[in-house]
Amino acid sequence: MARQRSYDGAVVCAPVTVPYVRFSPESAHWWTGAALQELARLTGLGPQDFDGFCFASFSAVPDSVVGIVQHLGLSPRWMDHIPTGGASGVMALRRAARAVQARDAEIVACVAADTNQIDSFRKTLADFSRFSQDATYPYGFGGPNATFALITDHFMRQYSVGRECFAKICVAQRDNALSNPYALMKTPLTHEQYMNARPISDPVHLFDCVMPCAGAEAFIVTTSKLAEALGLSAARLRATIERHNAFAADPVQTRGGWARDIDDLWRAAECKPTDMDMVQVYDDYPVIVAMQMADMGFCKKSDLAEFIAANEFTIAGSLPLNTNGGQLSAGQAGAAGGFQNVTEGLRQVLHCPLGEQVPDARHALVSGFGLVNYDRGVCTSAAVLEQEVLR
Amino acid sequence: MNQSLLSDLAEALSSGQVRCVDLTNTLSPDFPVMVLPPELGQCAPFRMETVSRYDENGPAWYWNNISLNEHTGTHFDAPAHWVTGKDLPSNTVDAISAQEFMAPAAVIDISTEAATDHNFVVTREFLENWERDNGTVPPRHWIALRTDWHKRVGTPEYLNLKEDGAHSPGPDAGAVEFMVHERDCVGLAVETVGTDAGQAIHFNPPLPAHSILHGNGRFGLQCLTNLDKLPTFGAIIVACPLKIEGGSGSPLRVIAMIQGEAT
Amino acid sequence: MTDSLTPPRRKDPLKMTRAGHVPPTLRSRAAKAMAVRAGQGRFVLQACDSCAAAVYPPRDRCPTCWGPLSWRDQPQGAEIEAETMIRTTTDLFFRKHLPWRIGAARLDAGPMAIVHLHGDVRQGDRVCMELKLDRGGNPALFAMPEVETPNMQDDPQLRVFTADPKYRRILVTDGRGPVGQAVAQALIKAGAQTVFLGNADPLMRFPGQEQVAALEDAELVPLNLTDTRSTRELATQLGGRVDIVVNTVGLTRVGGVVFGGKLTDLQAGFDTEVTGLMRLAQAFGPAMSGRSDDGVNAASAIVDVTSVYGLTGKAGFAGAAASAAARLSLIAGLRGEMQRSGIRVMSVLTGPVDDDRHQHVPPPKTPPVQIAKAVVEALIKGQETTCAGDMAKDVMDRWQSDPLLAIREENQ
Repeated sequence: MARQRSYDGAVVCAPVTVPYVRFSPESAHWWTGAALQELARLTGLGPQDFDGFCFASFSAVPDSVVGIVQHLGLSPRWMDHIPTGGASGVMALRRAARAVQARDAEIVACVAADTNQIDSFRKTLADFSRFSQDATYPYGFGGPNATFALITDHFMRQYSVGRECFAKICVAQRDNALSNPYALMKTPLTHEQYMNARPISDPVHLFDCVMPCAGAEAFIVTTSKLAEALGLSAARLRATIERHNAFAADPVQTRGGWARDIDDLWRAAECKPTDMDMVQVYDDYPVIVAMQMADMGFCKKSDLAEFIAANEFTIAGSLPLNTNGGQLSAGQAGAAGGFQNVTEGLRQVLHCPLGEQVPDARHALVSGFGLVNYDRGVCTSAAVLEQEVLR
Repeated sequence: MNQSLLSDLAEALSSGQVRCVDLTNTLSPDFPVMVLPPELGQCAPFRMETVSRYDENGPAWYWNNISLNEHTGTHFDAPAHWVTGKDLPSNTVDAISAQEFMAPAAVIDISTEAATDHNFVVTREFLENWERDNGTVPPRHWIALRTDWHKRVGTPEYLNLKEDGAHSPGPDAGAVEFMVHERDCVGLAVETVGTDAGQAIHFNPPLPAHSILHGNGRFGLQCLTNLDKLPTFGAIIVACPLKIEGGSGSPLRVIAMIQGEAT
Repeated sequence: MTDSLTPPRRKDPLKMTRAGHVPPTLRSRAAKAMAVRAGQGRFVLQACDSCAAAVYPPRDRCPTCWGPLSWRDQPQGAEIEAETMIRTTTDLFFRKHLPWRIGAARLDAGPMAIVHLHGDVRQGDRVCMELKLDRGGNPALFAMPEVETPNMQDDPQLRVFTADPKYRRILVTDGRGPVGQAVAQALIKAGAQTVFLGNADPLMRFPGQEQVAALEDAELVPLNLTDTRSTRELATQLGGRVDIVVNTVGLTRVGGVVFGGKLTDLQAGFDTEVTGLMRLAQAFGPAMSGRSDDGVNAASAIVDVTSVYGLTGKAGFAGAAASAAARLSLIAGLRGEMQRSGIRVMSVLTGPVDDDRHQHVPPPKTPPVQIAKAVVEALIKGQETTCAGDMAKDVMDRWQSDPLLAIREENQ
């Protein structure tokens, strides 16, 4: 395949996280407005100044991006609605970057926001997808826990990965979360606590699951010139990939679309896994974290147990992983969960973290995974971010 | 007509000198109807569906739709009910003169005989013997057969249907001929489900009561109760069938006026 | 192996009855088409008209070549690739039935499917897939052991997908007729706790009375479906403890529409069969709805035994076929209403019953024992439509393949 063209001229800046809450009576519109207000504070720009708008949300129904634009007084000349949930951050990023490169827009606000009203998790689930309605929910209605339990059960057997491997990932992420003031989980997690947690859907146990919450994440994609004019630190995109419905014939999901596209990513980015200062991977369940590390080229699947044992995933460790605590410890704010890996990676390379800084971080691998339309995640994405300038 | 006659009646009714006895069984879904072989057309039992009862279908009122056969419950048989009466004038309930609906009754008590013989047959000879003891039945009377059969209502012994058919008392042809032609009766009034005996299909001619009564323009009253409360002579029966166009009979409320306690 | 079902204890009056929720009900039109086949006891998946690939979940076009899809019977074998035991859920029905086991099954037909697991099925096992209907009337793939295991039918997850007569109290509406009597005997043999047999006319003897009286677990009760009061009165007495109702009431009368048909027969037939069915449903439906998830002997089904000629009409039995048609229509409506509370509504379709009313009909006819067998089968399988005997199957097959032709054939 021809090598991906560069994203020269487009930069990413102004990572925003609106602090999460477990339950919120407010709407997705409210949370989107909160994120935009924070972008305005960072840039000094107002609703009429953003000529591009990219949006992701599950709970804005019945509104799409169109309703949000009118609701919040935007008047963009380019906009997009990304429905890919956990993969939406990277997808917003690469779409906005191309729009800016082509001058379809000069400054794009990318926002993901979801509320979590009492009972809205159940309602969101019930309406999620046709295949889920027909062929997943009626089977015990275990939600994503049950679907990922099947994937986990199969994965553990297939690759001899034990719960202790997942424990290491979850404990490290909790450790990372402790320095993040916005993380919902504020107490340390021990290996014993992880191992002794109550089963939710065997072999998935309590600390394998994220906590649904309300929140918003945002960033800006613009030109280097405008970023400079606005006085914003900026990162560049070295390369990105995106894939949907890969390996559809695999009976149970053991790999994501990354496995198909990862060589393209590293070739276009002109670097390799070991060049990354940290990885921000999608972490709805630790099995997906493990799957991504292998699919992304950090190790072979058969070596996962060894790889996990050999590395430390804390901020100070050999491979800092999900340095804000990830969704497992910071909370899963719907589609914002697909953005928080981008904003956290961006913060680390721009040296403005919410919590601890990964020392001398310049490169981040961000990857997304989204939309359990039926029995597996359908959408995958990944991006390599590189520090361009600190201001 | 003597004006004072009706005034006297009115006074007697209000004083209790004349009492009304209800000869009617309650119409209910449980009340049995004539049973015929399954391949024949069947008599519909009484049925009732509530239309509204102070509810969303009628907040302040209560009423029912009812359905039944003309010959369900306590009922009246018009001459047109039987093939023998099919060509008679005024043979349907709507055409019968109202004058016919009030008539005196002679009550013939065969309850003792019926108690020992379910198939007790009333013969001309029986009637003649009865008249010797009780007096001659005057013309234009209902002849009422008291069998105490009404006490069997609600039990299988009312229809008394065995494998060889129903078993209940009734008249033979000679007795009916006697009642009609020699006593000029208004009709035959019985407590059983039909004016004929249960086994009368096997009589010769079959079903003589229906055949002869209706063939001669006389009526039937069936499924009566309380005949044991009537005197042998002296009761007046009021039996007004519904005015059903071309109707062969009708369920009805039957009452008898009898002499009450003197006040 | 499965633990043998324990007979239900009498109800603790201080315990609130478990509400009769149903699993999630929202479905695509394609899934509803799958339900229709499930209701007939078929194991189907869609297959592509162009490339023959079998697909699942239900789709509207083939994902391999974009050709149109049709429902086809499929091999029932499968292998369980992964399993999980769900211990938490936000669904109101499954919350009361946790833990719940599901698996990822590789179907011999090709696709993968998430399926319910029988208690005797484990990861790695070969299984026999069944397509059941859930309590809400929606299709459900259920993995059964490949070889029968002890007490297999007693599996608690499986029992949610059936209306198995075992330990249930069953009202058979017409105990005076040979069909009702045969059904009662078959139900008792299938483990019913009690069979209440309706007697439309307690003052009148009937054939088979002595045999019915001698049945240990049967009890005659006054019930006349033409009488609203009688039906209601029985419901006030039994409504709270009848788990299954089998309506065997029929009033078949010979006659055409213009030749030989009697209006009084038509009226009586409609009153007995059609209005009677509605009386029955109105009397027993509400209490059953309230007990549809009440443990081992939860209320579970209403079965209507009807003539297959309700689908087509029938020469010489025009009125009887018309009331059967009306019954089928009411049953369809009733099914839709009862699905909301988890009560299955089933039809057992018969050919001409081998009784006195069909003396002049040449064989083959449907003997009452065959109807009884079909009723028990329908309940054990939880199946919506069951044909009792070859005659009914034949009419049903012809009606399904060409309804108008079958109608024409049956009325000439």
